[in-house]
Parts: sequence; structure tokens; C-alpha cells
Amino acid sequence: MSEARPQPIAGGAGGATEAARLATLPRDATAMGPIARLLEDERVLGFLLLVPTVVLLGLFIAYPFVKGVWLSLTSATVGNPGQFLGLSNYVKIWNDSIFQRAAYNTFVYTAIATVGKLTLGMWLALLLNRHFRGKRLVRASMLLPFIVPTVLSTFAWKWMFDPTFSVLNWTLYHFGFIQTRIGWLTDPVMALGSVIVVNIWRGMPFYAITLLAGHFQLVYVLTGGGPANATHLFATYAYQIGINTGLLGEGAAVSLAMFPILFIIVVIQLWYIRRVEGA
Amino acid sequence: MAGRAGSGAGMVEGALWRKWVFFYVPLTLFVVGTLFPFYWMLVTAFRPDGELYRPWRAVNNTPFWTTHPTVEHVLYLFQQTMFATWLWNTMFIAIVSTIISLFCGLLAGYALARLRFPLAGGLGTGIFVTYLVPPTLRDFRLGDTPWSLILTYPTFLIPFCTWLMMGYFKTIPKELEECARIDGASRLRAMVQIIFPIATPGILSAGIFAFTLSWNEFIYALVFLSSPQQKTVPVGVVSELIRGDVFFWGPLMAGALLGSIPVALIYSFFVEHYVAGLTGAVKG
Repeated sequence: MSEARPQPIAGGAGGATEAARLATLPRDATAMGPIARLLEDERVLGFLLLVPTVVLLGLFIAYPFVKGVWLSLTSATVGNPGQFLGLSNYVKIWNDSIFQRAAYNTFVYTAIATVGKLTLGMWLALLLNRHFRGKRLVRASMLLPFIVPTVLSTFAWKWMFDPTFSVLNWTLYHFGFIQTRIGWLTDPVMALGSVIVVNIWRGMPFYAITLLAGHFQLVYVLTGGGPANATHLFATYAYQIGINTGLLGEGAAVSLAMFPILFIIVVIQLWYIRRVEGA
Repeated sequence: MAGRAGSGAGMVEGALWRKWVFFYVPLTLFVVGTLFPFYWMLVTAFRPDGELYRPWRAVNNTPFWTTHPTVEHVLYLFQQTMFATWLWNTMFIAIVSTIISLFCGLLAGYALARLRFPLAGGLGTGIFVTYLVPPTLRDFRLGDTPWSLILTYPTFLIPFCTWLMMGYFKTIPKELEECARIDGASRLRAMVQIIFPIATPGILSAGIFAFTLSWNEFIYALVFLSSPQQKTVPVGVVSELIRGDVFFWGPLMAGALLGSIPVALIYSFFVEHYVAGLTGAVKG
């Protein structure tokens, strides 16, 4: 896997220009004001550099998150703050058959889609690793499913799966594989399968390119297709409960149900990456 | 396997046969499978309505091409809907939120990768974990304006940018800064004038990533924006070209095609940089 990549600091000519740039730098240390001196302190500079990020994330994530956790512990509905209930919303959804179904579907969906993306991505990476004419073009075009707006490409698939006008049914029929049409999205088992196919189609190139680059960064790969997707079905269900039926507390509890599991997965990932990097 | 050809005619034929079965056929299937939906968008976008709605078993059905290509769907998009405005809105929102996220992610990534200060590890994890906060809880109700999205998108773009940049900064040798500082440059100047220029591939890929994510975002845009002249391309196309359960497939696919072209163009220019930057170009 020795790809020719741009190497910004590969010594040689690059090193020479670097040295030239260093030589032209004015000497700051000799004439430093009190503010500049303060910025020399790693702790002060580190803190200042993090201020924009911490303020933005704190304001727009931490606050709604804490509010959401609080909401999930109450009996709040639209226009009614409700009262503190403890964990009873969580107990209720744990025993809810729709929630169990959503949890099961999420698990099956994520597991199959991830295995599919990984297997096909690995295969594609092996193919693209060889030399052939038009390799760059093929490699660039393979990224398309990953980069175009998901909603729009999903509609292209929906159109291909259309019960009356499906091009897939037409093809299978003309090659003699089927006599009656397949309900790609109407039959429940086929529907889950179709959704998994679309998800693999979209995520596979990203796995392939990442593997191709020869440096498997687990965290990007997993977050590119893992937790974000896993939360999706829950988010849909939470939206239904919270917005459509107005049971805000219960909706918040559904949203948060996966959080502890994802949190543990991500902390393990981060710990693993730090250990690998030897930092 | 590639270097084995050329020792006897039988070997070459065998190798050729294997090359077809194990290389050309699977690669062709991958290419066809990956690109077919886009081809399907293209054909649908230029197919007249009369041809579009022929049942799948109709005898005169020619699904893979059209004999009477038309631009009526594209014209419909620009004349009957506010597609041009949606394109502009999407562009504006994506650019501004990318700039905000890159700025924050660049500084935070540098601090977390290079500087030692209390709580650095905890803050790094904290920034990343915010990504897991469910979208349903991120309801800020900033109203039906592009600014509601411009302030919302950085909340999931900053964690990505920070971590991408952090990974990239770690691949740049510390000696470069140390040299600059020995020469008398301040910490801030070493960061801005020595390290940031070297990190350009990383910045570029973080920028492309952020731009694409905000260009493609759908859920928040759908929830926040209600008036047609404020919508982004994904929301506009989906909400204005589907009425009830009637899908205007021609304009819908034309919109999908045109809405995909800007990000596809950006990638085609930067794909090499993107792949290199995403994985840390300067390993070892």
C-alpha cells in the first residue's frame, strides 16, 4: 500500500524552504509585551485556543443535553413542565414493545450494514490497490455515493424501488428471474434488506478509501457509519413520541436510551487510539 | 500477482483468465453498482413524463435510455420552484458554518495535540463525545433563518474538525516549532506561520468534510426552515416536489442531480488531498 501522496515536509527541497522561512522570522522574544509573554505560557495559550470551541459546544450542546436529561426524568408534556419521576420513563420504555422492536431492528441493521460495508470496502480497496488504466477516475467516482446529499441519493433509490415503475423489477423480469414484482419497500423483510443495501452502498466507499490509504483510523470509520446510524431509528421514534404525541419526557428518554452504550463504545475507541498512538 | 505474467504462453493465458475473473469482473460490478443510481437520476431528469410513468412490465418500456430527451424538468425546477434560491442558501450556510468550524477546530486541535495544560485529555474526549448527543435534544428554536443552521452545524462539525486536525498536527514533527522558537519566534507565531501552512492538506480535508456535511444536512434544515425562500436544496427538493404522496419524479431527480454537482466538483478537485489529509499524510 505505497500510495504516492503529497508529502509536505519530506526533507530535501521542502526542508530548505522551511529553513529559509525560519531565517526570515523576526525575533519576537527580545521585544515582548506583557500579553505576549502571557501567551508563551502553555496553559494560558491552550485555554485561549479552546475558548471558541468550548463556548460554542457548551452553549449549543451541553445546555440542551443537560436539559434533555432533566426532561427525561420528568412527566413533562407540551405546555406542562410536569413533575420529577426518577427513572420511571426509562422503565416504561424498557417494557414498551415498540421500543424493543426498534432496539432489535437497530442492532440487526447496524450489525449487517457494518459487516457488509467492511467486507465490500476491503474487497474494493484490494481491487483499487492494483494498477490499471483509469485508476484515478475510478477511485474518484467511487466516492460519489459518500459525498452527495444522502436525502437526494436516497430518493434515487426510492425511485428505483418504486412498486409500479421499478427498474430493478424490469431488469429481473426481462432476464427471466421473476414473474411477479418484488415489493422492495412494501414487504417488511425486503424493506429492512433494501434499507441495508442503500446504507452499504453509501458507506462502503468511505471504508474502501480509508483502508486503501493504508492507515485504518478506527474512530473516523466507526463514527462515519456507526453510532450516527445506530441512533437514527431511535431518533425517529423519539421524534414521534416527543413531537407528535407531545410526551416530551418520554421522548427525551427514548433519545437518551442509547447514549450510555455509545458513550462506552466511544470512550473505549478513544482509549484504544491513544494507546496505539503511544501518546 | 501483477508481476507473474510472461513465463510461457500457457501461464499468460491462465493469468489473463484469472485477471478477468478476479479483477475486471468484480471491479466492473463495483463501478456499475456504485454509479447506477446516478445514471438513473440522469436518465430520469431528462425523460419526458409520458415515458416516465410506464409500468414496469409495459412492452414499449425502454428504462435505460430515452428516445426523446427533454429539459422540461430542469426548466420546471428553475421556473416553478425557488431552486436557484435554495442553491444560494445552501452555499451560504455551508461556507459560513465551515469557516466557523474550521477556525474553532484548527485552534482546538492544535491546543489538544501540542500544548500541555490541565484537563487537556478530558476536554478532548468531551469535545468528541458531544457528537453523540442525540439530534432530537439539540432543539434551539432560533427561527426560520439561515443563521439558525449556521449556528447549529458547527456543533457537529467542530468535533470532526478538531479531531481531524489533532490527528494531523500529531504527524508534524515537533522539531519544526522548536527550531522556530530557538530562532526567537513566539509560540503563537510558530503556530500560525510554521505549523498552520504545513497543515494545509489537513485543513483542506477538514474543510471539505465540513462543507459536505453541511451541504448535505437534512434533519435540522427540515425542522428549522419553513418558508420556501429560506430552504436549502435537500429540504426544498423534498418538501416542494413531493405533495402528499405524489412524487414529481422528473424535477425531483433533476434537483437531486443539480444539488449533487457542487460537492462532486469540489471532491474531484481535491480528492487526492482529501484522502491524504484524512489519514494523516506524513506518517513515519
